[in-house]
This record gives sequence, structure tokens and C-alpha cells, in this order.
Amino acid sequence: MNWEWLQRNEQQILAWTLEHVWLAAVPTILGLLLALPVGAIAHRYRWSYGTLITLAGLLYTIPSLALFVVLPGLMGTRILDPVNVVVALTLYTLALLVRVVADALDAVPPLVVASATAMGYKPLRSLVTVQLPLAIPVIGAGLRVAAVSNVSLVSVAVLLGIPQLGQLFITGFQLDFFTPIIAGIVLCLLLAAIFDTIILLTVRLSTPWTRAVPGR
Amino acid sequence: MSGAWTWLTDAANWSGPGGVWTRLLQHLWYTLLSVAIAVVIALPLGALIGHTGRFTGLVSGVANALRALPSLGLLILLALWGLHTLKGDLALLAPAIVVLVILAIPPILSSTYAGIANVDPAARDAARGMGMTGTQVLLKVELPVAMPLVMSGLRSAFLQVVATATIAAVVALGGFGRYVIDGLAQQNYSMMVAGAFLVALLAVLGDRILAVIGHFVVSPGLTGRAAKGRRPAAPTADLVAARTIGMSGGG
Repeated sequence: MNWEWLQRNEQQILAWTLEHVWLAAVPTILGLLLALPVGAIAHRYRWSYGTLITLAGLLYTIPSLALFVVLPGLMGTRILDPVNVVVALTLYTLALLVRVVADALDAVPPLVVASATAMGYKPLRSLVTVQLPLAIPVIGAGLRVAAVSNVSLVSVAVLLGIPQLGQLFITGFQLDFFTPIIAGIVLCLLLAAIFDTIILLTVRLSTPWTRAVPGR
Repeated sequence: MSGAWTWLTDAANWSGPGGVWTRLLQHLWYTLLSVAIAVVIALPLGALIGHTGRFTGLVSGVANALRALPSLGLLILLALWGLHTLKGDLALLAPAIVVLVILAIPPILSSTYAGIANVDPAARDAARGMGMTGTQVLLKVELPVAMPLVMSGLRSAFLQVVATATIAAVVALGGFGRYVIDGLAQQNYSMMVAGAFLVALLAVLGDRILAVIGHFVVSPGLTGRAAKGRRPAAPTADLVAARTIGMSGGG
């Protein structure tokens, strides 16, 4: 490792890191916000489940580089526009989480839902205040997968000239120089670990009951 | 967009060393070789871990860490190393195959492990009670019952590898990625879109073919027809992770 090179390019690396953070974080959050209602629809209306899951699966088969390339043509954006990356990764996150949300809601014990109904909860209130909180651990597990793979996928966008940590890989290849490549990989892994930890802690803090019963 | 159609319907783009057919064969060669190597490594390992219940924490830990590893960075790192130490064609091909194998292992490994670990204990006990040995239980009961999950892991691995084989073009290898990378360099958006379309088509078609194969490989007793009306097992965080792992588009 050439520490001197890293120090000299500190400002640039920091800028790429910040760009990477928002390019990975925004789609993760947007994807989750979209997946909650869509997943709830797939859970509530059985007929829509198969269609939505098939659509999500089909979306997921499209390679990210292909989506990054095709989206500008579909949306009328410039190919260098970071919006393409945000939209593509939001779609992936949505595709991944729709099934997770629907399955997590399906797994809520029917007796609990029946109790909520018996206590006078309307379907929407039961969904938001009873079923969704109980589904948090499973949804959280899916969100961790989405967040971590988003961090990794963002770096591919550098091939289209959208600068973030992936730029370190290209720079290293062009200069025949290992330091930037290793630094880029380490920073990507670090970001992924931070995202993962934040989600894990949020799930823990928002589901105190999972630790309240001993032996569960 | 319409430019891509013109590009695709031009017969000149389909033949020769840079033509679609050659690129297809290259892309398929990278993909099938990598997935095959990954199966040989991950399937027995996953089966053993699921059967013995040992090192399960290690599997999810390694699988998670590998998912976070940026494939582009790993590819470029190994390619640079290959250029320094290996000779000839192998200098670039070997690193690319290694990266693709590394990507394909976690989905196959964790789905095989999860599939076997989630086998109904009653079925396992019944097999034992009938006098089956540990190996027989694994091969005749656990693996067939785990087959749907194993196949879904194989499909995830295939998708991930097809997608990531695209970025092999960055280090001067062939495959459909060439059209995207060269198109960008030559400001030829039509060629880029055509390349993107071809990769997506290969991914979707390959996935369908694997789905059909899966249909024949999975025992009819498991496809749901024999167990109509039974609720599927509640998804645990572990199972969700196994199902979704590798579903990351890769390249």
C-alpha cells in the first residue's frame, strides 16, 4: 500500500465516498418505501401475488449494467446522469423487497391479526400498527441484503462515467497501481458494513419484544 | 433506442470475430465454466454443512461478506495481478473466471445449506427409523427435499454470473460486455443498448431454461400438487437471506 498516494488524494477519495454513500442509500430507502405498499397489496390480494412476484423476478434478471445503459433512453436523461443509477437500484431494491414484505406479512400469526380485528382495528390500522411491526425482523433481513448489494452495485456505474468509489478501480487499472484498487474495495466493504449495522440496530431498537420473552 | 434495433437487424453485426454469435459463445463459455466450478465446490460443501449442522455461522458470515465485495473491484484487482504474474490468454481469463466462481459460490452454498437445514425433522427421523445410514439420508431424503431451494440458488448464481461476465469486457475480455464498453468508448449508444439488450435476453432466457430444468429435477411430491392447501413454512430471517442472497444483479 502506498499511503502517500492515498494522503495526496484524500480530498478526492472523500468526495467519491460521499457520492457513493448517497447513490447507495437513496435507492435503498426509496425501494423500501415503495415495497411496503406494493408488498402489502401482494399480501392482501392473493390474485396479485403471483403477478407481482413474477414481475419482480423478471426485473431482477436484468443485469445492472444493462439497466444503467437502457434507462437514459427510456427516461430521456443523459447517460452520465446519476439519476439513472438511483432509478435502477431503486427498482432492484423494490423487486427484492416486494416478495420479502409480502412473505413477512403472510407469516404474522393469524391469531394476532384476529385479535386486532376483535379489538376493533380496521384493516389498515391493523396492517400498520400490528402486522407491519411484527414483520420488521424479516423485512430487515431482506433490507440488509438490498443495502449491501446496492453498495457493491453502485461501483459498476463508473463504467458509464459516473464517479464514486468505483473510480478508484479504474484509476488503479489505468495506472497499473494496486493501492487505489485495494483502497476502493476496503472502503466499499466498510460502507456495506456500516449500512448493515445501521439496519441491524434499527431492527433491534424497533422490536424490543423479540428480546422480552426469555428463551425465544 | 431505435438505433439499437437497426444495429441488431444489421447482418454485418452478427458474423465475424466481433459478431453477436462469437460474443454469445464467449459469454456462455465464461458463464457455464464458472457456474460448473462453483457447483462442484459449493454443492458438496453446502450439503455437508446442512447435514452435519456444523460451521453454519461461518456460512452466513462468509456469504454476507462476499455479497458486499464489489465484483468490479475484485475483477480489476485480480486482472492486474494476472497481468503481472500469468502469461498469454490465461493472464486475463483466469482472474475473470476466479471472480465469477467467487460470486457464484455463496448463492449455491447458502441455498443448499438452508434447503437441507430446513428439511422437516420428521422426514429425517422417518428415514433414520427405516434404517438409512447418514449418507443415504443425505442423498435420498435431504437433497431431494432441498432441491427446490438448491435450484433457486443455482438460478441466482447463473443470473449473477451472466450479469458480471458483462464487466469482464473492462479487462479486455470478450462477451456481450464488449458492445457496452466499446459503445461507450466510441460514443455509439445504439451498440451499447444492443449489447445491454442481448445480455438481458440471455439472462432471462437462461433463467427460464433453468426453471424448466428445475421443474423436472424436483420431485413431484414437493411441487405443491401433492400437498395442496398446506401453508408454506413461515419465512425466518435466515431463509429470507438464503432466498434473496445473490439476487444482486451482479454486473
